[in-house]
Amino acid sequence: MNSSQKTAYYGIFAALAIIMGWVEMMIPLPVPVPGVKIGLANVIVVMSMYYFDNKTALGISFIRIVISGLLFSGFSGFLYSVAGAILSFIIMVLAKDIIKFNIYSVSILGGICHNIGQIVIASIVVKTNLSIYMPILIISGLITGALIGIIAKNCLTHIKR
Amino acid sequence: MKKKDIILIISIIIIAIISYFLFTLGKNEKGSQVIITVDGTVIEKFNLYEDREYTIKNGDHYNILTIKDGYADIIEADCPDKHCVNQKKINKMGEKIICLPNKTIIEIIGADESNIDSIAN
Repeated sequence: MNSSQKTAYYGIFAALAIIMGWVEMMIPLPVPVPGVKIGLANVIVVMSMYYFDNKTALGISFIRIVISGLLFSGFSGFLYSVAGAILSFIIMVLAKDIIKFNIYSVSILGGICHNIGQIVIASIVVKTNLSIYMPILIISGLITGALIGIIAKNCLTHIKR
Repeated sequence: MKKKDIILIISIIIIAIISYFLFTLGKNEKGSQVIITVDGTVIEKFNLYEDREYTIKNGDHYNILTIKDGYADIIEADCPDKHCVNQKKINKMGEKIICLPNKTIIEIIGADESNIDSIAN
């Protein structure tokens, strides 16, 4: 892949990630708990971790957060996303490169850590301990993470052709 | 699926179950008071067994709290996500309804707990 191809790919992936985040906001969730998210945008981040490399995935993730923060969620939403994204990204890199988990486990850990990162920031913002939501955040992270992993895996086999 | 991935998933489920019991332990008793916290400060404290409706204000934002038949619930709010309205009504000690955008929390406490303790928690 030469550098102009790369630029085009990065743009497409970043745009997809932003759209995924937007689509997600249209989907009502059955659990009214702050911090619970499907994390559709994480499909793109996980895919770029495997299709390109960690550095690219981090860049795409960062661009997505900044732009969707500007477009939709405002400053507080931006803070929650950043915390969730940083924590989940660090854990996903560790899980992928150090422990060498498969893509499903990487994405599950990413989902859980994203939820935990958000609730930690939320606890600081409202100055209250929100750890009561921890079990539901772990379980929802497990389920959505597994789904995200399956989607990312299937998409990857198609774009690698 | 490799062995370590299966181990990971099983341990996540175990951690979730343990944390569920840890965080809900001793919280099955009914509470007797409702405290309202806005932006980290307790602004109001109500008896859970006196029916009333109260509008919690934080600047331009509001959440409407009702206390009825021993349950506290938020029935209306101007926050964008409406999590607080969608959460179930509460009556057990330690249960909370949280509105993140408006930085508003309502929480059920027992009779003898002081304000300071419940904030420090």
